[in-house]
Amino acid sequence: MTEESKKKYRLRENFHQAKWDEPIIFELHTPGERGILVPEAESGVVEAIGDGLSALPENMLRKQGPALPEVSQMRVLKHYLRLSQQCLGADFNIDIGQGTCTMKYSPKINKMLAGSSKVTEVHPWQDESTVQGALEIMYKLDMFLREISGMSRFSLQPSSGSAAIFIMASMVHAFHTFHGEAEKRDEIITTIFSHPSDAAAAAVKGYKIITLYHDEDGLVSVDALKEAISDRTAALFITNPEDTGIFNPNIAEFTHLVHEAGGLCGYDQANANGILGITRAKEAGFDLCFFNLHKTFSAPHGCGGPAAGALGVTEDLIDFLPVPVVDFDGEKYSLNYGIPHTIGKTRGFYGVFPVIVKAYAWIMSLGGAGLKAAAQVAVLNNNYLLENIKKIRGAASPFAAGKHRIEQVRYTWEQLTQDTGVTTEDVTCRMADFGFHLWSSHHPFVVPQPFTIEPTESYSKDELDEYLEGLRKVVEEAYEDPERVKNAPYNSVVHKIDHSTLDDPEKWAITWRAYLKKQGENKKE
Amino acid sequence: MKKRYAFTHPYIPNSLPEVQAKMLEEIGVKHIEDLYEDIPEHLRFKRELNLPEGLLSEHALKQHVEKILSRNKTCQEYISFLGGSCWPHYIPAICDEINQRSEFLTAYAGEPYEDHGRFQALFEYESLMAELVDMDVVNVPTYDWCQAVSTSLRMAERITQRGEVLAVDTIAPDRLSAIRNYCKPVVKVTLIKHCSETGWVDLNDLKTKISKNIAGIYFENPSFLGFIESQGRIISDIAHEYGALCIVGVDPISLGVLVPPSHYGADIVCGDVQPLGVHMNYGGALGGFIATRDEERFVMEYPSRLFGITKTSVEGEYGFGDVAYDRTSFGVRERGKEFVGTAAALWGITAGVFLSLMGPEGMKDLGQHILQKSQYAMKRLSEIEGVKAPRFASAHFKEFLVDFNDTKTTVSQINRSLLKRGIFGGKDLSSEFPELGQCALYCVTEIHSKEEIDSLVDALADCLSSKDD
Repeated sequence: MTEESKKKYRLRENFHQAKWDEPIIFELHTPGERGILVPEAESGVVEAIGDGLSALPENMLRKQGPALPEVSQMRVLKHYLRLSQQCLGADFNIDIGQGTCTMKYSPKINKMLAGSSKVTEVHPWQDESTVQGALEIMYKLDMFLREISGMSRFSLQPSSGSAAIFIMASMVHAFHTFHGEAEKRDEIITTIFSHPSDAAAAAVKGYKIITLYHDEDGLVSVDALKEAISDRTAALFITNPEDTGIFNPNIAEFTHLVHEAGGLCGYDQANANGILGITRAKEAGFDLCFFNLHKTFSAPHGCGGPAAGALGVTEDLIDFLPVPVVDFDGEKYSLNYGIPHTIGKTRGFYGVFPVIVKAYAWIMSLGGAGLKAAAQVAVLNNNYLLENIKKIRGAASPFAAGKHRIEQVRYTWEQLTQDTGVTTEDVTCRMADFGFHLWSSHHPFVVPQPFTIEPTESYSKDELDEYLEGLRKVVEEAYEDPERVKNAPYNSVVHKIDHSTLDDPEKWAITWRAYLKKQGENKKE
Repeated sequence: MKKRYAFTHPYIPNSLPEVQAKMLEEIGVKHIEDLYEDIPEHLRFKRELNLPEGLLSEHALKQHVEKILSRNKTCQEYISFLGGSCWPHYIPAICDEINQRSEFLTAYAGEPYEDHGRFQALFEYESLMAELVDMDVVNVPTYDWCQAVSTSLRMAERITQRGEVLAVDTIAPDRLSAIRNYCKPVVKVTLIKHCSETGWVDLNDLKTKISKNIAGIYFENPSFLGFIESQGRIISDIAHEYGALCIVGVDPISLGVLVPPSHYGADIVCGDVQPLGVHMNYGGALGGFIATRDEERFVMEYPSRLFGITKTSVEGEYGFGDVAYDRTSFGVRERGKEFVGTAAALWGITAGVFLSLMGPEGMKDLGQHILQKSQYAMKRLSEIEGVKAPRFASAHFKEFLVDFNDTKTTVSQINRSLLKRGIFGGKDLSSEFPELGQCALYCVTEIHSKEEIDSLVDALADCLSSKDD
């Protein structure tokens, strides 16, 4: 179809999310019901062995079974299906309100491929000759990521982005230990608009954290960095573009200055979706970088995992990578444990293989030109939203006025809050009434009343327009009838949640049994 | 063949030139490239990415990936006796039905309003696991057992304010490696020996190493080597006498028949949810759990999300939210407890489905069946001349060492022969536990039929009598 599409966006004024008022699974307990029967040992086994239990030492035999609920199969199925309907995954909503997380389309074909028994029924200790397909995919993904980043070798072992940050910190520590400087170099520098884990995971490794703040342009200045650098600097961990969507043009100078002082530079590429094929870690001078395969490379987020990180390093750091890495001798793929100064293992086995398969398939479905097109459209979508959100009363995009952004923007409702008392949290609740998700931002709220929007390449202009219409609608209500927004949601799954018990050790209940003990008098009959 | 126009990709709706033109006009620039004005010239990637041409048709993509994957052999095509922290168990159909649902698969970080179902499913997971381990607090899953135990030890460090932990030397070597890296350079890890006859913790060695500097003692039960450690109470008493915590790693599928570690004094219990309804996935589908008592000094040291149940403004309606959010790195960055991020929630939900289906009777039946089958396998294997199973004189659950030292054949040779016969033999431990000589770790669960075990015995007897292959 070449003529302009006629379809128009429409706000879902009559939306109501599924609400099943589903009990807690324990409330479905009927003594004697069974959800599934397990096979019984064959008679020949029983004849030879007996009940199996009598071989256990008396003190190790569990006499009182776990107090799990007893529920028949269809009821269990129905329970979880109902719970699933009370979620708003990326396959349902226009999932652009969860900035920094790159909620793009996760193609179903990739799920199907990762669900093949050739993936699911493979055991990690199998002989290498029987896992050549798995190793080939890991090796080729490593090669693709080398090209995308300019790094010399990747480990696919990180369980997530945060795990990759921890591994970066571990490798930085191993590197400085090797050079006899580990004790002296005890500081890692990061920025406030880099992910919280860039600070937190590095601190687990014993590092003191120096967090740099932005200037009025939203960027950390070269001078601020210079002031932080010393002979105690172990490394700089930074995102670019940062969570504001602003690209730091001085990044090569940053890495140069840190190198001059003897430190290493680790690149958190959580925000890589707008720069694939545009700019790379290598040219910016980084020694380490990592991608989130569940963000940039399309694997779904699974309610909060499984995730997967891919950590790339320059030649100088290959000898410190976690083991094993995948080698190819031209004929056979193999697992190489012979890394001279390896930090060892950081996870069971080799990486989150189903996610690795999905990321591999996604790259293959686009090719080099496709990756760049995805990045460019993500940036186009973002700037289209920016242009429109700036015009919404009460909203603003702090920093870098008049400039374009890369793949996301951190906005503020500060004006809206001042004018109406309606906060970001209120807006997020009201957005849910129209079938949208909107997130605030990572703490601390350096930008007051923040929200971060990252449209990725996956959503059509009509969908972006629909989302914008949602924001406009909520803002209009906020100015006309702020209470309407403050008491939201009305059409979501549940109503205003009472958070008061969640920070009180006397009242919090992290499990059903704790709830019964602590709040038994409040429980449903 | 004529190439397709520009690049209109099914995954990228706004790759349509007409739409792009309209959007660019509204933004006020001519080309998309103009939006990258902040990226200086010297950082621009000057050529095109040298990657394979995109397989634009879904059919071509499917063929390509399937062809590579076809080079894998699976545990359905071979009879596998591999375990070692990734285990084959029967997975009820409903587990996959639920974790493949778009709603769960593609949800992420929604608010507890529009993602009420995610919060409830994970709260229920915490609650079901809590019954299994008989403790009041369980986390939203972390990455895997390696991470769960590493965090448990760091929690012990913070709770006791002590900088050294003890771990028994029979724990999984990979786990020990991960623990060492996670603790270095903040917490010292010291190994305690095991008794060579039973495999149990060598209490004399423990007593020489325990002190008031020790934050916690870690052992696994059932152990990585399959034996059941029966001195749990003695070990935890020793720990507590010195003000240290007792931390136990456990295979959760054993807890229908085995006493949970909390009953013999464990303060922190950890492990992996993979056996509870999650496919093996080449070791790529793990999820770590951590459980404790409901005491503030424990709860406040978790780095993980902890979903709690609460009320809403509507009478009788359950709501959910984060308990003590300000202890996390999401709340306070490096001042939080370790770090938190995307981990393994979907496998937690799956484990919850699994436990809901199994109930107490199912878990008991399953545990009993595993005991019977593994005992049967040990008995039959021991009938082979020169083969001893198990290596340790203890009760075992699911896994056990097969000792081939008297056969004068290496595990590596044996496994090569078994592979030719369509069998994945047990994991070769000769390099990770050299003191054991030629031993292999075999795993036998409810999925192994008597016939398969018998065929293993026949194949092994055959391999050992004809050493030429």
